[in-house]
Amino acid sequence: MSLPLVVLLPFLGAIAAPLFAQGGRTAIAIASSVPALIALAALFPHWATLADGGVVLHSFEWLPAIGISFSFRLDGLALMFALLILIIGLLIIIYAHYYLKASENVRKFYSLLLCFKGSMLGIVLSGNLLLMLIFWEVTSLTSFLLISYWTHKQDARRGARMALAVTGGGGLALLAGILIIGNIVGSFELDDVLAAGDLIKAHAMYPVALVLVLLGAFTKSAQFPFHFWLPHAMQAPTPVSAYLHSATMVKAGIFLMARLYPALAGTELWFYLVSFTGMATLLIGAYTAMFKHDLKGLLAHSTVSHLGLITLLFGMGTKLAAVAALFHVINHATFKASLFMAAGIIDHETGTRDMRRINGLWRYMPHTATLAMVAASSMAGVPLLNGFLSKEMFFAESLALNLPGFWAWLPPIVATLAGIFAVAYSARFIHDVFFNGKPVNLPIYPPHEPPRYMKFPVEILVFACIMVGMFPAISVGPLLFSAAQATLGGAVPDYQLAVMHGINLPLMMSVAAFVGGLLMYSQRQRFFDFHARFKEIDEKAVFEAVLMRVEKFTHDLTARIENGSLQRYAMLMVVSVIAVSIVPIMDLGIFVGSEGLSPIDWPTALGAGFLIVSALATAFVHRERFTALVLLSVVGLMVALAFARFSAPDLAMTQLSVEVVTMVLLMLALYYMPSWTPVETSKARRVRDIVLALLAGTGMTLVTLAMLTQPFTSISEFFLENSKPGGGGTNVVNVILVDFRGFDTLGEITVLAIAAMGIYALLKNTALTPPPGDGQGHTWTRDAYPLMLKQVARPMLPMALMVSAYIFLRGHNMPGGGFIAGLITSVALVLQYVANGMIWTQDRVGIKYHNVIGLGLLFATIAGAGSLAFSYPFLTSTFGYITWPVVGKFEVASALIFDLGVYLAVIGATLLILVSIGRMSPHSAIKSPRRKS
Amino acid sequence: MELLFALVIGTLTASGVYLLLRARTFPVVMGLTLLSYGVNLFLFASGRLSTAQQPILGTAENYSDPLPQALVLTAIVIGFAMTAFVVVLSLRNLADNEDDHVDGCPPAHPANSKQEQEETGK
Repeated sequence: MSLPLVVLLPFLGAIAAPLFAQGGRTAIAIASSVPALIALAALFPHWATLADGGVVLHSFEWLPAIGISFSFRLDGLALMFALLILIIGLLIIIYAHYYLKASENVRKFYSLLLCFKGSMLGIVLSGNLLLMLIFWEVTSLTSFLLISYWTHKQDARRGARMALAVTGGGGLALLAGILIIGNIVGSFELDDVLAAGDLIKAHAMYPVALVLVLLGAFTKSAQFPFHFWLPHAMQAPTPVSAYLHSATMVKAGIFLMARLYPALAGTELWFYLVSFTGMATLLIGAYTAMFKHDLKGLLAHSTVSHLGLITLLFGMGTKLAAVAALFHVINHATFKASLFMAAGIIDHETGTRDMRRINGLWRYMPHTATLAMVAASSMAGVPLLNGFLSKEMFFAESLALNLPGFWAWLPPIVATLAGIFAVAYSARFIHDVFFNGKPVNLPIYPPHEPPRYMKFPVEILVFACIMVGMFPAISVGPLLFSAAQATLGGAVPDYQLAVMHGINLPLMMSVAAFVGGLLMYSQRQRFFDFHARFKEIDEKAVFEAVLMRVEKFTHDLTARIENGSLQRYAMLMVVSVIAVSIVPIMDLGIFVGSEGLSPIDWPTALGAGFLIVSALATAFVHRERFTALVLLSVVGLMVALAFARFSAPDLAMTQLSVEVVTMVLLMLALYYMPSWTPVETSKARRVRDIVLALLAGTGMTLVTLAMLTQPFTSISEFFLENSKPGGGGTNVVNVILVDFRGFDTLGEITVLAIAAMGIYALLKNTALTPPPGDGQGHTWTRDAYPLMLKQVARPMLPMALMVSAYIFLRGHNMPGGGFIAGLITSVALVLQYVANGMIWTQDRVGIKYHNVIGLGLLFATIAGAGSLAFSYPFLTSTFGYITWPVVGKFEVASALIFDLGVYLAVIGATLLILVSIGRMSPHSAIKSPRRKS
Repeated sequence: MELLFALVIGTLTASGVYLLLRARTFPVVMGLTLLSYGVNLFLFASGRLSTAQQPILGTAENYSDPLPQALVLTAIVIGFAMTAFVVVLSLRNLADNEDDHVDGCPPAHPANSKQEQEETGK
């Protein structure tokens, strides 16, 4: 349990720590330290397992179906990073306590810092790649929030945005890479992936996966050409720069390369991609650092350069190089974090970070100066300090690299060159800041030593630099060995952690670097003059410009596609449907399948002819809306006949009654609308629409023809066989609706209810005055409701109700049922509205249709839930027979109650819709609704 | 028979699509209605065409496929609800914009006429 706890604790701390704000800044700093202390204590007992090369695994299932699990895994590599994160994190909290001003939002700072710590621990302790990716993204987000901590600074906001864009983009690439790897391996668990290295490397998708994963690593670890975000992230408060942007987060990419080393490394592609990227980053960072006048700028570019060095070591592909890389991770974290803290102290005490103004500080703050000078010497690679050791290993590895011919010279030359620059910028950090004359125009003068304990974290780290530098085997030996074991997946090569290896080539390179570096620093003015000849590129401006251009492009593109015209969207939709389906339809080849065509009888042909002609005529005369509507109703009636002809009596009855209701609905709508459509579209456009329509129609014809002439088997045998014994009815369609597929039907009447309620809501308080005439000079007649219709309609109602009751009751065995009966009742009621008017009818009906809908849904649900009481699944139906006096033996099925629900819901919905539309007119208002102003 | 049935569905689709692409709401509603007829017939046809084989047990030797019929039955009712909803949307559009153009604004509107020109290439 301890591993998930280690990751979870900082997040809990992030919530809890701000609560201590009442107790003052010290309380909150102490509260923020607690999670790390507990975590360290929790990790400690695992050391015995890890020292033997073991692995601690704590895992629980999360989404097993897609391979994500909460699995946490601790091995030597994870431990090394976890210790860096926890220990430096603790020091940073102490440091930040003195660094932040009293007026600043300390709660936000510590909360974010703890969130970051938790997610960073999550990365290193994840035993599942997808879980790791989640934490990876959280570090990008917290980094964004911490860089922009001073939200009032534009530079901070821009720097944060840039960091997020670059690392977030890399995160996406990494996700894709992980998905590919997971697909190859068949698991996202780290253990499985690490064991499947050969499988991955032999796979055809390996290059793609590798490039994507490396994109993620390179963006996070600021490798060329993505390095530009890191210097701009220095707008963050210095504790953040020290912690995230030198010691931990930027090492996440390095960690990823180490983590996946057994799975991905060892190929030529890995070698070229990683080592050349590392080499370029190493040189560019070191060169640029030399010319930065900003203290933190120098350190940032130096960080870029050192990250490049570590990457290059991993790229070399030899086991010793990997060990050196891990060693340098530790060393760089210690000396660079202390240098950042020292730079922060100087900034804090002088009010500036400009090295042209900061000079001769030795006189004012000798204690800080000593610490900074030791750390900077370590950065330069001075013997007896930890930086020297890993640098020697790096030089040795650069010599050992087996490249053909001339290329063999490249790595040692690049290494020495980078060494020269490193010595030069370290010398500058020491000489330009602490000596070199007097301070120039400092905002805070005279500067003095910071509070005592602000230096404490720096002292610890500098002490570590010296300890590792002098007694490497004792101080970090075991930790490094176990990390190397975990990284390399077993056998660790022989290596010596000693202060001196005798006079050899690497040592000579070091000497050359020192001589060259000091020489370069002494001649720095010439280099500055040389560098000043090139125009400085402001990456931020370039980045913003690119961003603006992308934004404008997408904006234009969206405006072009999505121009607000529904007519155009409809066209695009039809075009896409045709485009998508044209190839599969063509692929069918033969449209008349093996079943062949059946003979045509002339009544059917006549009906089909009627249907085709009236459908075409509807489109043809659509400007005359009334005429088109009449033709449309002919189509609907012919469709009903088609159902009747082809053995579907239920459908025919439904279609017939729906047709009546639809026509009433459309007539009602037309009452409010203009009765003719103006000519608006150009001829070219109409021709285009006709072509589209013909294409769509042809497509549907071909598909239908192909489908109808294919042999087929249906699953309906089951329904036919079980309808009577299982559902107690002989009308199989009805039994399917109320019994076998009852849940579907329940869903469907719910949709119906929602549509009706939606219509009611849409039209509530909306009034429309119908046009006074047909728009062509004829005004409507002012006659009230026609007398004949009135007189016929009233006696129709009871008869219609009786018919619908009959249809309803017989539905289980003969054509009929709730849907059809409901529609018949609706038609009968609608007739009363049409014949007698809204006011007269509504007064006499006296029911709210909302309630009818609700009652219907209630009945249907109760009928379904009833079976639960007898511990049958939802909507299980039962049936039995009772004998009624006059009627005789009569079947009663529980499905009848369900069907009653359907019946009521259909009536309620249909009438609520029509009445809502009808009452919009001011003429038929019951209570006069608000008129449109 | 199958060819005739396919032609019916094709005609319904073609007329429906043409009306769907019109500029005023009412023709579009009619187009949708035609399209839903076509779709219902198509769904129904997936159970194949058979005559005098209604799926009422005891009334015939063989029965036509009842499952597509059950699906189409609810589809017809839901289709009505959908048509009604679209009709009401267009009425609401008419009430709010005092126009029944599908784009929600009269064609005299500058933005609209500009787009109209673009479309026709004038």
